[in-house]
Amino acid sequence: MADVTLNGTPTTPRARSAWQRLKVNRNWLGLWFMLPAMAFLVLFLAYPLGLGVWISFTDARIGRGGAFVGLENYEWLWDDSVFWLSVFNTLLYTTVASAIKFAVGLYLALLLNENLPFKAILRAVVLIPFIVPTVLSAIAFWWLFDSQFSILSWSLRKLGLISTNIDFLGDVWNARWSVIFANIWRGVPFVAVTLLAGLQTVSPSLYEAATIDGANRWQIFRYITYPLLTPIIAVVMTFSVLFTFTDFQLIWVLTRGGPVNATQLMATLSYQRAILGGHLGEGAAISTAMIPFLLAAILISWFGLQRRKWQHGENND
Amino acid sequence: MTLFTRRALVQGGTALATAGALTGPALLDWAKAWAQTAPWKPEANAQLSMLRWKYFVQTEDDAFVKLMEAFTQATGVKVNISRESYEDVQPKASVAANTGAGPDLFWGLYSLPHLFPQKCIDVSDVTDYLGKKYGGWVDSAVKYGKSGDKWIAVPVCYSGNLMNYRVSHMQKAGFSKFPATTDEFLEYAKATKKNGNPGGLALGHASGDGNGWIYWCLWAHGGNHVDQNDKVTINSPETEKALVYAKALYENMIPGTAAWNDAFNNKAFLAGEISWTNNGISIYVAASRDPTKKDIAEDMNHAYMPIGPVGKPTELHLMYPILAMNHTKFPQACKALMAFMLEANQFNPWIGAAQGYLTHCLNAYDSNPVWTEDPKRTVYRDVAKRSLTAGGEGSVGEKAAAAIADFVILDMFASYCTGREDAKSAMRIAERQLQRIYR
Repeated sequence: MADVTLNGTPTTPRARSAWQRLKVNRNWLGLWFMLPAMAFLVLFLAYPLGLGVWISFTDARIGRGGAFVGLENYEWLWDDSVFWLSVFNTLLYTTVASAIKFAVGLYLALLLNENLPFKAILRAVVLIPFIVPTVLSAIAFWWLFDSQFSILSWSLRKLGLISTNIDFLGDVWNARWSVIFANIWRGVPFVAVTLLAGLQTVSPSLYEAATIDGANRWQIFRYITYPLLTPIIAVVMTFSVLFTFTDFQLIWVLTRGGPVNATQLMATLSYQRAILGGHLGEGAAISTAMIPFLLAAILISWFGLQRRKWQHGENND
Repeated sequence: MTLFTRRALVQGGTALATAGALTGPALLDWAKAWAQTAPWKPEANAQLSMLRWKYFVQTEDDAFVKLMEAFTQATGVKVNISRESYEDVQPKASVAANTGAGPDLFWGLYSLPHLFPQKCIDVSDVTDYLGKKYGGWVDSAVKYGKSGDKWIAVPVCYSGNLMNYRVSHMQKAGFSKFPATTDEFLEYAKATKKNGNPGGLALGHASGDGNGWIYWCLWAHGGNHVDQNDKVTINSPETEKALVYAKALYENMIPGTAAWNDAFNNKAFLAGEISWTNNGISIYVAASRDPTKKDIAEDMNHAYMPIGPVGKPTELHLMYPILAMNHTKFPQACKALMAFMLEANQFNPWIGAAQGYLTHCLNAYDSNPVWTEDPKRTVYRDVAKRSLTAGGEGSVGEKAAAAIADFVILDMFASYCTGREDAKSAMRIAERQLQRIYR
């Protein structure tokens, strides 16, 4: 009986143990649990990104697939003054708007974190620019910046400060500052409210301890608030830079990239060439050219702002 | 003020003796009879979806809806109409062409079908039928509609882009009629500016009005962005002359036109800020409908674009071709719809309802009373005949569409007029852009 039992076993003890080991292997099981998320990421993020990069190496036009042309699209862009102008505009737009959005957003967050009367209402009011659909706010700015009917020009004229209307969107630099201003107006609430959420996680006991130690308000901000806020700042500024760098709607409604491409961003130029002009390959090349800039912004935010040195001073690793 | 209700327009349509337009039950009977005899028999249970440019004149859309209802009653084919700003039709059509899904019919702008000619169904039988029946197609419509020997779209209508001007300001400037030549026009611009009644032409990224006057100016001076073989020829002495002329005009316009898109000149004209601009008839229609703008409507008129040194009309007007995608399950229904739209009984009341905003491409419709019942509309009758195509001397295909969508010529003029570039470098930049597009 004992022999039958032993000889009738179809698998060797060693093989059975390997399969059974695999069945309870946490890494093996983990792989299967990760698969749905991986499939989602590959399908909706990696594949479109990869396809976009691939199209940039083809001469694809709308309605038909393209043949592989190597770096031809990039070679044309390299010599294209409009493309380089769009790179300059995008960098200027992103740098100036993000820096001011951060400064104003942080200031507003600190202000709203104080015990103000009507605090809840004030916090809700700050969010309004963010809630209004971008296209609507762009249209409002369109009227504000109108070369003939601008309320700003009208007011200044009535006050006797100017004699002719300000050419907000017709002059190259005026147009750039105008669209940057509109972007700041729209983007500040996101920064302010997120930083406010971060501020509220800072324990009041730290402030009390610092006050007892005789720290002034600047020292409290510099050595308590700012270091504890840095991880939130890293996240907020990463998103803020990404949103600003890839902005499209505001520019498209206000100027369509004009005058003379002075407000043409890489995103709007990509759309103009790929969808309106039909050159999908070239549009994809412009979009792909945005990736290094975006990666750099992300890397600076994550690896830079989260370093302990940055948070706690040079000697604190 | 005259209020154009649907009823009034349909009644007006009955008066079109030459058109023989019908209303009510008679229209339905005619439509049913048409459906019986038409060469295109819609597929069983066919349903169509159409994306069209959004109307500028409400009465036009009312008449169009009525036209579609008549088609549905006659053929049983239901038509779902979506509307987008005319600049937004192209991106959506492009996506549909790429993905093979979306509306069956797209009614867009300029050379839209030439962006994806292989995705459009062949409608040569429809255009042959209509051309033979209604006195033939105007030349520019043939160029817009055909790709090689095949018609890939039906050229439905044009939207004229002509000079709109204030009569009293013109007289005050010492002119008895609107200038017919570019030289006179420059003098006119100077005189009106001097009198405090300047005009303005859009130099921002304005697809319709901006491209309209820029291409006119280029061609009027003998410039061309490409030759007949699509070889880039923008860098030429003729282009330079056009640039110099445009800058002289720009200096005598109201300040701020470099920021203008398509809507700015309408607003400025209706507010009395400018006394001349290039536009469709929509300013006049809007002024006529608004009791507070009646004085502007009475004091304004329209004129052809002035003729330049080349000695012939060099106008560019907006063309609206309709195309059917080859992903449609109902190609016969699409063709039947296109033919039905352009039959006299349908087309005449509809074009009448547009009040001069739209112009036919079939010669027989010259006799529609819409062009003569208000003399201020008459010049718009001829825009299809006078229009050149967006390709200039070259082909009207996807390259011309890309050049116009990319504002290459417009930016060349804007950069020179605003002093950002000198003429040589403005032309060189445009040349480089065009070489990229026409490679």
